[in-house]
Amino acid sequence: MALVVGAAVIAAGIALASARVNPYVYFAGYVILQYVVIATAWNILGGYAGYVNFGTPAFFAMGAYTAVLLIKSLRAPLPVLILAGGLVAGLLGLGIGYLTLRLRGTFFSIATLALSVVLQTVIINWEYVGGSRGLSVIRPGGPPFGSYVTFLFTVMFGLAVGAVLIARFIERSWIGRGLAALRDNEEAAECMGVPTLRLKLFATTVSGFLLGVAGAPFPYYVTFVEPNSAFALDYAVNALAMPMIGGTTSWVGPVIGAVLLGTAQQLATVTISSEMNLFIVGVVLVAFVVLAPEGIIGLARRLRGH
Amino acid sequence: MARALLEIEGVVKRFGGFTALNRVSLSVRAGERFGLIGPNGSGKTTLINCVAGSLHADEGRIAFDGLDITQLPAHRRTRLGIARSFQIPKPFTSMTVRDNLGIPLEYAGHAVDADDAAREILDAIGLATKAHLRPAGLTQIEMRKLELARAMAARPKLLISDEAMAGLSSAEVDDILAILFRLNAQGITIIMIEHIMRAVMRFSERVVVLDAGERIAEGTPDEIVRNPAVEKAYLGE
Repeated sequence: MALVVGAAVIAAGIALASARVNPYVYFAGYVILQYVVIATAWNILGGYAGYVNFGTPAFFAMGAYTAVLLIKSLRAPLPVLILAGGLVAGLLGLGIGYLTLRLRGTFFSIATLALSVVLQTVIINWEYVGGSRGLSVIRPGGPPFGSYVTFLFTVMFGLAVGAVLIARFIERSWIGRGLAALRDNEEAAECMGVPTLRLKLFATTVSGFLLGVAGAPFPYYVTFVEPNSAFALDYAVNALAMPMIGGTTSWVGPVIGAVLLGTAQQLATVTISSEMNLFIVGVVLVAFVVLAPEGIIGLARRLRGH
Repeated sequence: MARALLEIEGVVKRFGGFTALNRVSLSVRAGERFGLIGPNGSGKTTLINCVAGSLHADEGRIAFDGLDITQLPAHRRTRLGIARSFQIPKPFTSMTVRDNLGIPLEYAGHAVDADDAAREILDAIGLATKAHLRPAGLTQIEMRKLELARAMAARPKLLISDEAMAGLSSAEVDDILAILFRLNAQGITIIMIEHIMRAVMRFSERVVVLDAGERIAEGTPDEIVRNPAVEKAYLGE
């Protein structure tokens, strides 16, 4: 059932991509879809397992820079870039998974933030992938359909659907129930037979993998990759804000949050100024944390009287 | 004499320079009602944390059902049949009472039908009408009962009840005691850690007393009450 819906959504995406509308729509749409992947990926660890990751830029940039490396050295095709970017970021996720053995709560979050800073420093000093000056990437010619941006838009659409299906599957399986238990109380979960370490490693790896997947097409999208844009603070803030606004306990939450906030940011960039992005996120996030801590989903449930 | 279900041999646990448990040995027989008492800070909870796997012993050996479990993680021990309740209740706050039981049923309980099993346990423990509430809506005693119910859902051979009665009224203490007696009658071995002497002395067939991380006495409740070393540990000279 879920697969059928997924296939239908992908078909709709391709149809949308072949419709003749203003190219800017695809350009902005790509960013919103990218945030659907990022918010969904973040929520697998942050929402389901309760481990707040401030290091989203590190994982996103791992995907992007793995792609840069493979483009420059092998001119690898896009599917390879996406898979490799995901795997490298997934490995990084497995690494931070072991941090959860010793670090919980705020300390875990601080460690992930530090991880992002450390990796950015490594990239800045790595000349081959552009160092601090950055690197131009030339898109391969002749996308299968439309312009290269509409093609990337469609690819990101497919990735977003895939990410959401994975999150939904995890949430409804025994894995999701185990993650919810360890989020509520890790010691009690372990004592009730939940293999907490294994589930946490699974969550950090899948979350990292999907964040890397979101970052892998980035070099072709921007065509100029430099550390400040790949490691942008926006990713850390949005990855956290979007699920919080939508609701962290269900796969729908990050999607709602990403679409609403992502669209608002894109509109603000065009109509007001690009500097308004994070300001909007900040105001909306504060409002939600105070007024609707369970996000839009929680708000809807409350209104329906549950 | 029945075979030993739990054997603790020379267990040492240190926190930095502080020795919380100093070569503690004891053994609990299958089907026994076993009391573990001692003044505050004597190492009772540390000892059962080492048994349940929340902590790992620095030295010594712990065997359960003939199997060395000293190095096993807590969730593996639960699957082997050790379940515990927590002194300060630690419910899964985002889940209903029913779903709180669902976790051990799914992960440790080998239940064929989780719904039936959960209903049965909630009926037995008197929480059936609260099945769809979140733990935040429960009273103190209901919270303690949820702790026991959740431990039961893991289908344990050994149930460790860590101060399940602290802060309860006399009638409520009797209520919990009745539940524990019933579980024991079903063949479950029970270790009771308790400060309420009336309860632990009535319940236990055998009592071990810890003081400052050492085992200072063992015997029937009557023997323990008359033991001068125990009196000294609790009241001083």
